[in-house]
Amino acid sequence: MNVPSIIFENVSKFYGDVLGVNRVNLAIPPGITSLVGPNGSGKTTLMNLMTGLIQPTRGRVRVLGLSPDEPEEFFREVGYCTQFDTFPKGFTGYQFVHSYLRLYGCPSKEAEALTWRAIERVGIVDAAHRKIAGYSKGMRQRIKLAQATCHSPSVLVLDEPLNGLDPLVRAETIALFKQFAQEGMHVIISSHILHEVDAISDQVILLSNGYVIAEGQIRGVREEIEEHPMQILIRCNKPGELAAKMFQQEHVVEARLHKDGGGLLIKTRKPDKFYLMLNKIALNGIGIESVAPADDDVNSLYEYLIGGEETSQ
Amino acid sequence: MNLWIAQILAVVRLEWRKTFFSKRGIWIYALALMPVVLFVGHSISALNHPGRDADFGEETNIFAGIFQVFYLRLCVFFGCVGIFMNLIRGEMLDRSLHFYFLAPIRRDVLMAGKFLAGLLAATVIFGLSTALQFIANYWYFDSQQLREFVVRGDAVHHFLAYIGVTILACVGYGSIFLAAGVLTRNPIIPAAVILVWEAINPFLPGFLQTVSVIYYLKSLCPVEVPPQLPPPFSLIAVNPDPASPIVAIPGLLLLSVVVVIWAGRKIRHLEINYSAE
Repeated sequence: MNVPSIIFENVSKFYGDVLGVNRVNLAIPPGITSLVGPNGSGKTTLMNLMTGLIQPTRGRVRVLGLSPDEPEEFFREVGYCTQFDTFPKGFTGYQFVHSYLRLYGCPSKEAEALTWRAIERVGIVDAAHRKIAGYSKGMRQRIKLAQATCHSPSVLVLDEPLNGLDPLVRAETIALFKQFAQEGMHVIISSHILHEVDAISDQVILLSNGYVIAEGQIRGVREEIEEHPMQILIRCNKPGELAAKMFQQEHVVEARLHKDGGGLLIKTRKPDKFYLMLNKIALNGIGIESVAPADDDVNSLYEYLIGGEETSQ
Repeated sequence: MNLWIAQILAVVRLEWRKTFFSKRGIWIYALALMPVVLFVGHSISALNHPGRDADFGEETNIFAGIFQVFYLRLCVFFGCVGIFMNLIRGEMLDRSLHFYFLAPIRRDVLMAGKFLAGLLAATVIFGLSTALQFIANYWYFDSQQLREFVVRGDAVHHFLAYIGVTILACVGYGSIFLAAGVLTRNPIIPAAVILVWEAINPFLPGFLQTVSVIYYLKSLCPVEVPPQLPPPFSLIAVNPDPASPIVAIPGLLLLSVVVVIWAGRKIRHLEINYSAE
């Protein structure tokens, strides 16, 4: 099946002699995809390439089969909430979104209706007629989000969209992203807040020094990192007995009692074998309450793959 | 086509407010006001010397000299630098150009919209200034003389011609400085180069003379600059081989259209890299 995607074909971008990204090959499916990496790793460069704000030195980018060189079609499908915290001078939030919609050729009445819908969605109706210059950082983020989504794009690109949002609005915004993804939209997010990326992403792209070092679903990426055995936390009634049985297994490289005494942390090189074995153990009198991977999150991936370069924030 | 027109109008609506009411543009108003103040001062001085003969011919020559040597070459020229270079470069400095680049509008259509918005502002500001200068120059004449000048003389023809030349100057210089705003970061360099190019125009070979704005403007002015002007003004203002209006108006418009189209092609490759600004 030919699923429309965001395609990077051998894309490189150099700023003079400085590397932006190099030899990037990606096919991003619908859903929420997070770009993760330290500062300067190439996240914003990828997003700017995706939306035509910069052009590749080599290679080709297509979004749903369209190129940013065809803006009339392209930007009806794509919305980009950039990291730039600047706005046209003197605009109110309403004017900012409305005037952008007029550039689509929307008649004034239609633009008005779409503007209010977008502003309601991000929850700043009361401030809509105030000048953006007087907005808080969080409100500026939200009006940018309203502008990026006012035309109901199929692809939404968000560069650090949760910056400056308070916890309540942050949760609402994340719920909004999930809703977009459920509606079949491609949502591309860059964020340095890893636990949030972890909570919302269907897949991740890890970047370091301009190179894509891993991509795919978080668990799939985790399983491919062989030098770091998988960590699994088992909650059970007899952790000591379970530990003794675990040490008999060749693929288990470490078994450590959890500090609260109610569980066991296992490191194994063969998670599939481990889960099979665990079923047998459960049948032999040890009461297992829960089994959960302890390091198949973005934070761990980041630490294993990028870790030494910059700690996550 | 309808979409392009709607988009161009949307750009003009967005831009006119910025162009007319920007604090950055106050000096442009000062430039436009300067010659008006000069002519008002001249008329007040004439009123304070009632014995002095009011001579339409002399006033017409004075107006022609100031209009060509001072107003077109400095006020309108630098006013257009300020208005048109700001349309793209100013947005780069303000870090707001990306909003246009992320809209479903072709960049050459955007350029057309920006050009028209700049032209609207420049035409209103400098056209109004030309009108006020003209009125201020002849203001001190008595009503009988003025009626004669309007009804039987060249007042209407001169007035319309100067307004027309001012608009064409905005078109010509506007297109060049819009393109310069796409190509260069520092407005001083293209402004200085073009100022020199326009100044040496009378000394260039015939073909090169036509690749300038001032050549056409001088040809369209209703009164030649009097030869008694002191050098270097007389040298700058001389027009040994003027073009006829039939050539000058389409020539200037063609030059401007070519420059705007060329700038529209260039802006397709413009990247948003605010950190480099």
